[in-house]
Amino acid sequence: MSTPVSDPSPSARGRSDAPGVLDADDIARALTRIAHEVVERNKGTAGLVVLGIPSRGVPLAKRLAARIAAVEGTEVPVGALDVTMYRDDLRLRPARALEHTDIPPGGVDGKVVVLVDDVLFSGRTIRAALTALDDVGRPAAIRLAVLVDRGHRELPIRPDHVGKNIPTSLRESVKVHLDEIDGHDAVLIDAAGDGVR
Amino acid sequence: MTWVVRGARLLGAEPTDLLLRDGRVQEIGTGLDAAGAQVVDADGLVALPGLVDLHTHLREPGREDAETVETGTRAAALGGFTAVHAMANTEPVADTAGVVEQVWRLGREAGHVDVRPVGAVTAGLRGERLAELGAMADSAAQVRVFSDDGRCVADAMLMRRALEYVKAFNGVIAQHAQDPRLTEDAQMNEGELAGRLGLRGWPSVAEEAIVARDVLLAAHVRSHVHVCHVSTQGSVEIIRVAKQRGFPVTAEVTPHHLLLTEDLAASYDPRFKVNPPLRTADDVAALREGLADGTIDAVATDHAPHPAEDKECEWDAAAFGMLGLETALSVVQATMVDTGLLDWAGVAERLSAAPARIGRCDTGDRAQGRPLAQGEPANLVLVDPSASGTVDARELASLSRNTPYDGRALPGRVVATFLRGRPTVLDGKLA
Amino acid sequence: MKRHLLTAADLDRDDATLVLDTAAEMARLTEGRSVKKLPTLRGRTVVNLFFEDSTRTRTSFELAAKRLSADVVNFSAKGSSVSKGESLKDTALTLEAMGADGVVVRHWASGAPHRLAYSGWIRSSVVNAGDGTHEHPTQALLDAYTLRRHLGSLDGRRVTVVGDVLHSRVARSNVLLLSTMGAEVTLVGPPTLLPVGVEGWPCQTSYELDPALAKADAVMMLRVQRERMSAAFFPSAREYSRRYGLDARRFALLPEDAVVLHPGPMNRGMEITADVADSDRSVIVEQVTNGVYVRMAVLYLLLGGAS
Repeated sequence: MSTPVSDPSPSARGRSDAPGVLDADDIARALTRIAHEVVERNKGTAGLVVLGIPSRGVPLAKRLAARIAAVEGTEVPVGALDVTMYRDDLRLRPARALEHTDIPPGGVDGKVVVLVDDVLFSGRTIRAALTALDDVGRPAAIRLAVLVDRGHRELPIRPDHVGKNIPTSLRESVKVHLDEIDGHDAVLIDAAGDGVR
Repeated sequence: MTWVVRGARLLGAEPTDLLLRDGRVQEIGTGLDAAGAQVVDADGLVALPGLVDLHTHLREPGREDAETVETGTRAAALGGFTAVHAMANTEPVADTAGVVEQVWRLGREAGHVDVRPVGAVTAGLRGERLAELGAMADSAAQVRVFSDDGRCVADAMLMRRALEYVKAFNGVIAQHAQDPRLTEDAQMNEGELAGRLGLRGWPSVAEEAIVARDVLLAAHVRSHVHVCHVSTQGSVEIIRVAKQRGFPVTAEVTPHHLLLTEDLAASYDPRFKVNPPLRTADDVAALREGLADGTIDAVATDHAPHPAEDKECEWDAAAFGMLGLETALSVVQATMVDTGLLDWAGVAERLSAAPARIGRCDTGDRAQGRPLAQGEPANLVLVDPSASGTVDARELASLSRNTPYDGRALPGRVVATFLRGRPTVLDGKLA
Repeated sequence: MKRHLLTAADLDRDDATLVLDTAAEMARLTEGRSVKKLPTLRGRTVVNLFFEDSTRTRTSFELAAKRLSADVVNFSAKGSSVSKGESLKDTALTLEAMGADGVVVRHWASGAPHRLAYSGWIRSSVVNAGDGTHEHPTQALLDAYTLRRHLGSLDGRRVTVVGDVLHSRVARSNVLLLSTMGAEVTLVGPPTLLPVGVEGWPCQTSYELDPALAKADAVMMLRVQRERMSAAFFPSAREYSRRYGLDARRFALLPEDAVVLHPGPMNRGMEITADVADSDRSVIVEQVTNGVYVRMAVLYLLLGGAS
């Protein structure tokens, strides 16, 4: 919430000190808040299944599930949902290696699935996730929790829970680092990024 | 028609002129001229006696979809040949006076080169009993070379009889050395590559064992055996020893076996499928050495045309054979002359004089392979060794396109060919 | 990965690992689901071009393609060395006209898939489903996948391959792939059934089976046809199975955890006895299941992305 002392670029609007937009503490607080929101909306943990979208959605999902468990005192099934094969841009690049899919033993039929990803951008990844979930089963409801929403939606997809809204320009790219993968926690904006979705 | 060939390098020697009249070389010297003579400017060109091919497949009668006597002899003339020996594995097989006379007549009518039909050794090439060798020898075709080429005369007793029988008319048996039992359904040279590619192997020993047997048989019955398309180092060594012992044996090698190796089979492109197969670099080196030192007497093309559908398929289903007439001299230049192994005089010996001797056509009024000298028949070829070109299969005169050199640069170009003083090729094109 | 899968030599260690990892994901994604379909190859046409009968391999590829939502066309071309039938070239041109994206080809002639891939007749990706005595790369992949499931990493693992290596495309592909993945392969068979030049292959060879079993992590038995007797490769079926068959006595020589593989179809009683084939250390049936996942992975990696 703090405004930069001097940053003339319009894209710095609404961001904390560039280049590190969120630090480890910010991320931790955001996840805790989201955990509370999820439980509040669901009125408890019944029927919840948390699925992270690889790669960084998965550790976030695990952390989220852990916080929910800490808040409510019950374990929540957590897993991963790879969407590589459901992407709508498959034919634009050589075939990609698949990530790990891990649906918890109870499945998703009749459950409230909370999809977790690190950055929400065009919305195509989430749309692919919805299609992928379709082949897994029929959830009672699907919710979306993201750490960062950077805007520029190309599809009518909206998140239910957002860690931080960070308006960006298309020339920038948002980089999320997580301890489990990158050795530390941070959200950064790369001004020279290619805007890759 | 009188012709003056100006400034040609006879067998690579100093430039000189040749005057051709009434089918003969009337004079050799400098500053030659004659009234009403046509002149060929041979500046920079090497003059060789007309080439003689001991081993060609003209496919007619029976496989006119692949080649005819007309198209095959055109290809021969363009390659610098003035005589070809047409192998007998036609349909019907050339195992009677009737068929050999038909081929002989077709050759005369086409008029591009002298066609000397080869007669089959066994009836129908079946390897069971002798064909009427005497009738073929006495026919208008005057056959002297007999071969079951395509197949081996594998039965030792039959080979012995054939060698003995042809002594009566100074004939020669030309053997396609391939033990059939060791090469059943063989596809390429037997070795590590064949094992990896999953193609059945054609072991060298299948050729060498027959060569060894035949040189001993020929010596025993004192008859001339000629070994077709020698392809292995071992065969060269056996022939060298046989000659040292004075055995009556001659041998030929194809141009492709002087240049190409088995690695080309890794592409599975049947353009490189041939019998005997392409072998190793060691074999190629031994063959070149054998040709240089005279162990191998002659280069013979084994020109083997095949229609596209017999080569545009999987390797196993493809026919064996490569074209050779139009590229022979270029390949010999590349492998033997440009490498310093043979000079042009040597080329004249290996591609003209020796094959004519072996084919028994070096005497008489239609003699071939004679030296370029006064009084001799005017059979000659003018070649430009400094020219080079890329082989284009579609540009060849042959009816078929199965040349292994398509797209490959080869040196030398035949500029003119004369058959008994009449040009069959001028300026690189059919006259 | 390259555009075609013609030989196991087309795959380096990273490629092979990618295929196996992808196959594992495919297995995970389709097992335990009621709808076993993935949309990845929707709109792609895969043609099964089989010049040799093989219900097993063809249905495996068919299932793999269908599970990825591809359209599958089965083309049984009856071309043999005796009756040419429709030529390879004409068949290829027909497929190209039909718009095939991928062609899975099995042919009795070694090198036929190679010709299809490089002749310029078609633009599709070509997958070799077995060509003559040359190679069968997807078989080697599913064998490696099966071995990995039971043995973990293949580095330093000892695999003994027994039988008619000379005529076996499975053997060739396996030697290449297993050595790429770091395994040590030993080929065992009578001298007449080991190819000339096998000393140059990345493996050991032996004429004796028993010593090659004591330390083996896996034994792969190759099919040996009785008809080879008539070409004098061995004197009799009895002598062959006595010297090279995997029977109960030899089975007992294997380490406790060793597994037994066979590409199928088996000649029970010839290269392998029934009790060994049906034992709990035989993974022969599992190989078939794994074949579908491996082929799904291959089709996905070749056809699932940009063409």
